[in-house]
Amino acid sequence: MTGALALAAEVRSGARSARQVVEEALATVARGNEELNAFLTVLSDEARAQADAVDAVVAAGRDPGPLAGVPVALKDNLCTRGAPTTCGSKILEGWRPPYDATVVQSLRAAGAIALGKTNMDEFAMGSSTENSAFGPTRNPRHTGKVPGGSSGGSAAAVAAGFAPLGLGSDTGGSIRQPAALCGVVGMKPTYGRVSRYGLVAFASSLDQIGPFAANVEDAALLYDVLAGHDPLDSTSLPSVPEPTMASLHDGVEGVRIGLCRDLIDGCASDVAARVHEAAEALAGAGAKVEEISVPEFAYGLSAYYLIAPAEASSNLARYDGVRYGLRVDGDDAEAMNTATRTAGFGAEVKRRVMLGTYALSAGYYDAYYAQAQRVRTLVMRAFDRAYESVDVLLGATAPTTAFDLGAKVDDPMAMYMNDVCTIPSNLSGHPAVSVPFGAGNDGLPVGVQVLAPALGEAIMFRVAQVVESGAPHGTGS
Amino acid sequence: MSGPAEAAPGRVTLSRDDVVHVARLARLELRDDEVELFTAQLRTVLDHAADVAALDLTHLEPSSHPIALENVLRPDEPRPSLDRDEVLAQAPAVEEHQFRVPRIGGEAP
Repeated sequence: MTGALALAAEVRSGARSARQVVEEALATVARGNEELNAFLTVLSDEARAQADAVDAVVAAGRDPGPLAGVPVALKDNLCTRGAPTTCGSKILEGWRPPYDATVVQSLRAAGAIALGKTNMDEFAMGSSTENSAFGPTRNPRHTGKVPGGSSGGSAAAVAAGFAPLGLGSDTGGSIRQPAALCGVVGMKPTYGRVSRYGLVAFASSLDQIGPFAANVEDAALLYDVLAGHDPLDSTSLPSVPEPTMASLHDGVEGVRIGLCRDLIDGCASDVAARVHEAAEALAGAGAKVEEISVPEFAYGLSAYYLIAPAEASSNLARYDGVRYGLRVDGDDAEAMNTATRTAGFGAEVKRRVMLGTYALSAGYYDAYYAQAQRVRTLVMRAFDRAYESVDVLLGATAPTTAFDLGAKVDDPMAMYMNDVCTIPSNLSGHPAVSVPFGAGNDGLPVGVQVLAPALGEAIMFRVAQVVESGAPHGTGS
Repeated sequence: MSGPAEAAPGRVTLSRDDVVHVARLARLELRDDEVELFTAQLRTVLDHAADVAALDLTHLEPSSHPIALENVLRPDEPRPSLDRDEVLAQAPAVEEHQFRVPRIGGEAP
């Protein structure tokens, strides 16, 4: 499949029409989506209309934007006006938002085409996309395996060639981990760098929207379109973002890489071996690679699984059967609220809402929630100390390659362990990207993670580009 | 529900009654078999969190966000808002341009 950058160039020059690109993408989805269940909704009519609008701009001799005619798969927690937005939950089945997310508007302004809404773990709670109320997504590299999660639908859509680009959300690794398991690039920007207006909230101090792509260059291109200040998001950073495409191919001569053993040692040996090979590739390209330890990362998982459920228990209080979505009747308002939430939420959402309610309740707040917030400070300071001696950190994205469908659904703690390498960057709000690098012993993709300090997206993508160039051929994307 | 005295660092005290109580606070109704299952599963998660609960971090301030948040104000100028009819069209029940709900507990029917 043609990459996003090349595709947009063809559409801009008039060599291909956006309508033709969209028809081909819709035909590919029609052939393959039934097996994979990557898309919950395909926006056929809207995509055709958007494509015709792009073609009209080209015909008029105006600039259709840097993503002209490029189909994009949108995670189903991004609001699309008038089009279903379910968050993978029965409680929002049939809901049609009255407004677009800012990122959806940014994509349209750049000439991109919203192809459809992708499957996800319910309210982004999960690491396998098996917690969706609408059935699991299958991994395009091996359909007996999970695609990772929670943004498994977008990762699978890009891996399957349904769309060159995708959008996901990453609260504890929900972009990077499925990218690793599906063999595509997935990136979480700095907290506040991409507007979250119109992203249905899970854990507001951790959530961030970011790109999926088949290669690093396309991911950087999409990130540059998304990044920027938005007055509709009070956590949006006011500074002007540094474009990452301009320096993407500058190489890593002299760049200091911290090979982080705390993001490697607990991983499967084949995954660890690929990370070490990626480090060798970087050293071969002129980077200064040194081993580094950040032992505080070990506490990240526990802190995350207190903070995220606590915030979720508050955010999900809005699903009360009053203003939108499902209502199950009851004799009074409280009975209606309870009946609605009991019928509308799946088991993982109930688990996390209860865990968060418990962690925030009187008598436990200090022992669990406030303590987890202190661990967050501990992890942030540990990152600061690491970045005094290195420019970026290198580690694994996920501890293993893709696992069997059903293997971990009955063991929440085993599922949570998937996020152990990705969580630290969410606690600190730092950017990080997963890049495909070869395969595990089972032949499935391995993802290598590049972590950078706040607003370090440009150096992060530069390093990622060299990792991608050094990856073994014939695997990954 | 167990009292604060039992929430000492590293001690996981989650009981079946805690789960029933927390479910009620969260407006969730659990079957008996679900209470059993969730109690066991939440205990496992809290057991894992014992490593964090046991740390002495009294010297550190809690962080609620990765960046320092400040109140953001916009100019007080009229601008379009969401379309009322479009918003109300998504509600389960509407009456006279308002959200309709069942009686609030305690009121006469």
